[in-house]
This record gives sequence, structure tokens and C-alpha cells, in this order.
Amino acid sequence: MNINLTLIGQSIAFAIFVWFCVKYVWPPITAAMEARQKKIADGLSAADRASLDLELAQEKATKEMQKAKEEAAALIDQANKRAAQIVEASKDDARKEGEKLIEQARAEIQQERVQARDALRNEVAALAVAGAEKILETSVDAKAHSEMLEKLAAEL
Amino acid sequence: MAADTPVEYIKHHLTNLTYGKLQPLENGEPYVRADGSIVEEATWTFARTAQEAADMGFMAFHVDTLGWSIAMGVLFLGLFRYAATRATAGIPSGLQNLVEITFEFIQGLVRDVFHGKNPLIAPLALTIFVWILLMNVLKLIPVDFIPSVAHAMGLEYFKIVPTTDPNATFGMSFGVFLLILFYSFKVKGVGGFTKELAFNPFNHWSMVPVNLMLEILALIIKPISLALRLFGNMYAGEVVFILIALLPLWVQWTLNVPWAIFHILVIPLQAFIFTVLTVVYLSAAHEDH
Repeated sequence: MNINLTLIGQSIAFAIFVWFCVKYVWPPITAAMEARQKKIADGLSAADRASLDLELAQEKATKEMQKAKEEAAALIDQANKRAAQIVEASKDDARKEGEKLIEQARAEIQQERVQARDALRNEVAALAVAGAEKILETSVDAKAHSEMLEKLAAEL
Repeated sequence: MAADTPVEYIKHHLTNLTYGKLQPLENGEPYVRADGSIVEEATWTFARTAQEAADMGFMAFHVDTLGWSIAMGVLFLGLFRYAATRATAGIPSGLQNLVEITFEFIQGLVRDVFHGKNPLIAPLALTIFVWILLMNVLKLIPVDFIPSVAHAMGLEYFKIVPTTDPNATFGMSFGVFLLILFYSFKVKGVGGFTKELAFNPFNHWSMVPVNLMLEILALIIKPISLALRLFGNMYAGEVVFILIALLPLWVQWTLNVPWAIFHILVIPLQAFIFTVLTVVYLSAAHEDH
């Protein structure tokens, strides 16, 4: 437990250690730690930014989807309208066709009626002539009485 | 061992390996060494007994204290320098983690206690803390291990815990004291510092002598208390370890183990106290009123 030169030796050693620590140990470690702090801070802010970006992207996606839906709805609407138009038009056509057919049929019927009437008239004229012959017991000269017969036929 | 009685054993374990100058006595008679040899002229040699070590006076070195403390200092700086050169901002590895934990601990301490701006304080605190810690840790090595090895190598005395040598603790606190003085003068100026010493705690001109006495005493007490606190704790612990080592082999562990576990607490605590007080003293030295 003697105090001796060791004291001075220890002081010198201490001074050298402190100097070394100040010069060669402290700065690189603090630098590394500060760099890491900065890195972590950067990382955190990047993560924040990313989540913000994600939110924005989601919002945008939702908007796009909404828009797409609206467009689809408009398309369907338009298609429906068009289909209705087509149906309407074909109905129209069908009606017109039908009317035309009916018209044609009517014309044919009319024609047939006229023909039938003519035939009937001729037959009635012939019958009338035959009846008259029976009554008169003579043949009626069709040529001589054609005028009268025609008149009759026209009255029928 | 070289000790037969418990007293000799204890004395033996508390004596440093001393290399110093043996001189002839003041009245001109030659110095007679323990083995009977005679020293006619001043010679540098290893002390073979505690008496010889004491007779060497101031002109002697405790080789074991110097060796182990420098070894611990080199170990500390080597480890930290190694970690520092390989330190990356990426994911730290094991050693870097350890170093950084110590670092942040010291940084936090200095930030809390020291209210000035001085790039020296934090590395100084780190050096003090880790160095003392490493020197104290040597105490957990069983008391006979290394002295036995040294004895086998022909070294009579070998004390491995530098902090149980007041030379080591005073060496450090002396350095701290010089820093306190340096920064006191630097920050406050010669006039400011003198004024602080002269007009505290009683701010009246008639009290100047009393103030000076008190303040200078307080100033000088700082390094002495620093050194003695550390030395006292470590020395006392060491003595107890040595006493336990005197017990029969089969009961030693019942006391040795609890005492060692207790010292796991004491070792960092003493390192911590020395560090904190150093920072506190230096902080006071930086405060300009």
C-alpha cells in the first residue's frame, strides 16, 4: 500500500487511454450510431409515405371502379334502349306486313266475289233463258235476245 | 504458497510486485536485504519482502498494478476500437451491440448530468467506466489462481486487481483533478474561479479566508474521495475474499459464492459511481456563475 511512482505511471496510462478513446474510439462509433438513427428515421418516414401512397392508390382504385361501374350501367342502358328500339321496329314491320297480307287477301276475296257474281249472273241469265224457253215452248234465240238478256244480267 | 500463517498469507496477498530502488541507509551503512545480501549502492530491483517494498519509498513501481491495469486498458481500447472500425449503420452484431449498449449508457449519463458542451467528457466517462469495470472484474478470479502461476514463474508477490492499489485509483482521480482545475480556469477564468473559491458559501469580504479554506478543502477532497471510495471498496472486498480463502476447502464455496455474486453488483456500481462523480465534478467546473 505504498504510494510510489506507480501513481504517476497510472496517471500517464490513464491520460493515454482517454486520448485514444477521444480520438479513435468515440468518433467512429457515434458516427455509426448516428448514421443508423438517420437510416431508421428515413425508413420510418418512407414507411409513412408508403402507407399514405397506399391510401391514395386505394382511393383512386375505388374511384376508377365507380367510374367503370357507371360506364357499364350506361352501356347496359343504351343496349336495352337499342333492343327496345329493334323490337319496336320489328313489331312495326310485322304489323305492316300483316296489314299488307290482309289487304292482299281482301283484294283476292273481292276479286273472287266479283268473279263469283259474274258467274252467278251468267248462270242466272242462262237459267232465266231456259225458264223463258220452257214458258214460251220455243227456243229463244240468244242472239236475237242478247240485248235483253244482257240487260237482265246487269240488273241481277 | 509462500505463507505459513494466516497473517502472512493475508499480508502476502496484499503486497504488490514492486520494482524499485534500494538504497544504502542514510547514515551510509549498506542496506541489508531479507536474504542477507548487502546493497552498497543504489540499485533497481524487485522487492523480495513487504519491508523491502516499503523501504524503496517513492522510487518504485508496482509492476503488477501497472501491468494489469494497462492490459485492461488495452483490452478495453482494443475491443472498442475493433468494434469502432467495424461499426456499421446496418444491423449491429454481437460485439457492436455490447459496445453500443455501453456507449448509449454513458451518453445518456453524460447528457443527464453534464450541462455543458465538451467533446472530451463523454469519451472520458466511457474510458473511466469501462477501464474501472474491467480492472474490478479481475477480482472475481479466485485469489490464488494467478499469484500461484506468478509464484511458479518466480515472482514472489502478485496482486492482480489494480483498483485495490491506491496508486491506480489515485492515478485516475489525479487525472480527473487536473481536468477539474483545467476546465475551472478555462471556463471561469483565473479571476472567476478565484472569486468562486473566495466568495462561496459566505458572500461577504470578511469571510474570504474561511471561504477559501472551505472551498479549497472541498476541491482537494474531490479526487481523494473518488480514489479512496473505489480503493476502499475494492480493497475491503479483496480482504474478505482472502479471508474466505483461508477457510477449509470444503466450506469456502458457501461464503465465496455469495460474496462473488454480491461483487457482481459492487463491481459495476463502483465503476459507475466513479464515472458519475467525475462527470458531476467536471460539470460543476464548467458552470459559470
